[in-house]
Amino acid sequence: MSQGKFALTINRKPVSVTTDADKPLLWVLREELKMPGTKFGCGQGLCGACTVLLDGQAVRSCQTPVSAAAGHKITTIEGATALPQGAKLVDMWREIDVPQCGYCQGGQILSATALLMANPKPSDEEIDAGMNGNLCRCATYLRIRRAIRKAAGLADVTGDAA
Amino acid sequence: MSAVIDRRGFMAASLAGAGALAFEARIALADTPGAVPLNAFIRIGADNKVTIGSKNPEIGQGIRTMLPMLIAEELDLSWDQVVIEPTLANDKIYGVQSAGGSNSTPNNWLPMRQVGAAARAMILSAAAKEWGVDAASLTTAAGKVSHAASGRTAPYAAFARGAAGETAPDLAKVALKDPSRFSIIGQSKIGVDTVAITQGKPLFGIDVDMPGLIHGAIIKAPAHGATIATHDAGAALKRKGVIAVVPVNSNSVAPGKFDTLVVVADSWWTAKNAREAVKVTWDDAAQQGFSTEAYDKGAAAAFAAGPQIAHAKNGDVAKALAGAAKTITADYSYPFLAHGTLEPQNCTGRWADGKLEIWAPSQAPNNGRNDTAAMLGIKGEDITIHQTRIGGGFGRRLINDYMVMVAQVAKALPGKPVKILFDRTDDLRHDYYRPAGWHRFTAGLDAKGDLVAFRDHFVSFGKDGKPIRAAEMSPFEFPVNVMADSEIGITYLPTNLATGWLRAPTSNAVSFVYQSFMDEIAQAAGIDLPELMRRTLGAPRDLAVVPGRPVLHSGRARAVIEGVCKMANWQGGKLPPGPKGEKRGRGFGFYFSHRGYFAEVVDITITEGNNVRVDKVWACGDIGSQIINPINARHQVQGAVNEGLGQGMVEQKIEQVKGVVQAESFGDFPLIRIEQVPREIAVQFLKTDYPPTGLGEPSLPPVIPALANAIFAATGQRLRQLPLKLA
Repeated sequence: MSQGKFALTINRKPVSVTTDADKPLLWVLREELKMPGTKFGCGQGLCGACTVLLDGQAVRSCQTPVSAAAGHKITTIEGATALPQGAKLVDMWREIDVPQCGYCQGGQILSATALLMANPKPSDEEIDAGMNGNLCRCATYLRIRRAIRKAAGLADVTGDAA
Repeated sequence: MSAVIDRRGFMAASLAGAGALAFEARIALADTPGAVPLNAFIRIGADNKVTIGSKNPEIGQGIRTMLPMLIAEELDLSWDQVVIEPTLANDKIYGVQSAGGSNSTPNNWLPMRQVGAAARAMILSAAAKEWGVDAASLTTAAGKVSHAASGRTAPYAAFARGAAGETAPDLAKVALKDPSRFSIIGQSKIGVDTVAITQGKPLFGIDVDMPGLIHGAIIKAPAHGATIATHDAGAALKRKGVIAVVPVNSNSVAPGKFDTLVVVADSWWTAKNAREAVKVTWDDAAQQGFSTEAYDKGAAAAFAAGPQIAHAKNGDVAKALAGAAKTITADYSYPFLAHGTLEPQNCTGRWADGKLEIWAPSQAPNNGRNDTAAMLGIKGEDITIHQTRIGGGFGRRLINDYMVMVAQVAKALPGKPVKILFDRTDDLRHDYYRPAGWHRFTAGLDAKGDLVAFRDHFVSFGKDGKPIRAAEMSPFEFPVNVMADSEIGITYLPTNLATGWLRAPTSNAVSFVYQSFMDEIAQAAGIDLPELMRRTLGAPRDLAVVPGRPVLHSGRARAVIEGVCKMANWQGGKLPPGPKGEKRGRGFGFYFSHRGYFAEVVDITITEGNNVRVDKVWACGDIGSQIINPINARHQVQGAVNEGLGQGMVEQKIEQVKGVVQAESFGDFPLIRIEQVPREIAVQFLKTDYPPTGLGEPSLPPVIPALANAIFAATGQRLRQLPLKLA
């Protein structure tokens, strides 16, 4: 494995790491940069727990070698509120208490941030399509939809009216 | 981990259990003169912030927030002065600390309130001495003591030291608030960790970090129960960063045998990759014969041969069937299921000076202590266990294999903190699975359409005539428990798989088969399932359910059935077609489990491509007199409903070939996704005059048969196997 020095921009701060070129960004964040907000769920790109933003696009950090992340602007959950969409989403996530166990929620918030950056007023179908790659084992999906709608300034739909 | 506390203000409103608290036991204050306070649930800081210890494992069920609400209510605090801190796992101090069986609410509803009330009494007593007045003339509110006659008011902090010296009152006699005066209980409180979760703060077991931490990846015998025959770690140990390869026993094989190698390195990524360089052979001949195919054949042979064991036998079913006007038979089945917690299994440990320190995402950490002490041959009191937040439990983490394993690695590498972490394939292949099962039903109706005979031949897994973990079945399953002529027979098949509890264990499967078959009976009788349930439940009374366990009150059951029918405006299962002529239908299910009553209705549409879309679910529940944290209660029900829909709708099943579980990823073992859940899940609770009970589980079981019954109403297809698949 080839070692290299990689210049990353994480949450607007430049950082430099010397590590294996093929080490996933997920493990560089967690082990080398001590940023545990990005979660390991499957390592197979199938659950979305490790979602980060790379130049505003949601990517799976478990499938992104650190060498491929170098030179790009990375946003992790620790820095999500620096983006206006992320800040609104985080407010709504807290207001309606979206999390149950909470393990997937950092990834959910970043996928939602990418969705609202690309599509400020998504339809219900667009919300589902945008969030379909992020698993929530506690199935908090009704509240994820609601928090996104509220953050986007769409009408509040609680989903639990009789 | 702990907040900064003014130690002088430490109030020893300490709770001592005389050993582990039994199911119905009360927590007793340490009131023996001269006794060293064992620990505290309550600490009062100089700033009048009150730190409340939350004792039970938090898996997303909201208990870490809810138990302190009970203490804070009776201590008369305002919620914004409360700081919540997880306690250590130590059942000698805190009593039962387990996230299982929806037991935390019923077991703690009174004791936690008594803890708060006792602390309040001690503060009042100290204040009375300080001010030279009668304690009865003092009042409290929002963490302050007031004396109306003299107009004095002071924060609790002013009396904390005095209170610590007060004799603790008898918990059983301490006065509790009338529910009409509750100001915290019954008010929605946001989860204690919600803000930290949205900040990406380290909360979970996987996030535990400390200087010098090293990391382990596992190589576990592919076939459960197999052991290591030979291994060669030479090439792996030559890799940069690899520290050791340690054989361990995951607590699944005989003492002295090993079934797992833990590759330890300076990073988990390095350890995980170095696994490929380890050569290992397994003793797995005894596991080769176990497969999904063999189990299906075994069940078919069992049905042909008849039951091994008469489990329940009331009256004469053969005679009742012979005299029936109509008989109905059907075979049902469901697969093994993994838990698929999103946080893979992990645990951190450090061995030093003959003692072990553990950081564990465990649902039953004190069981883990016992298992670990036995494996290492040390005393339980030489193990300190810190409780982390848990990234999903669902019953998986009631088993402590990860703790037992990391303890052995830590002991082999003394002085070094080590964390082991399963990868996703490890996690799916080395679970403690919900056991598969098969049921052959026969029922008889008389000429009036009343149910007069009922027989179930249940096939699942066991050994020596006894069920293995989570494969048991109640001999009092409804309607067997109300019928004059009814029986359950059982055949147990062998398996090498380890089984375990999955959220609403036994109920998640039994509800599907029983309430689906009851829907078939209702169809045959020309009525709907709610009506059949009313008739069969009969007059309000207590019915036996499980020997020595809570009873089912038929009146409470009927009330939630009426409740959900009203919510959904139930008129039977037929629905008019959708806007594009799509078939639609609705289904009903009721189930009683973990002391909770739930009736649910599911509306579905058959969309293009012959897929099932769930449009809406209604849930009506009765868990007693008080919903403690209403926002969390609704969330628990909605999550459980979605989980149940997942068990019905997505391809969730664990299959086995030659003893080995095949699933490797969430591609093979899918979880329900956002596109698949309904837009609305309406939740209503009926408040009844019974003590509050738990909510982690009982709302899950009825949704699965309600879904299957809705599919029948829409399509005429009776799907008798999970996961449900339309022809």
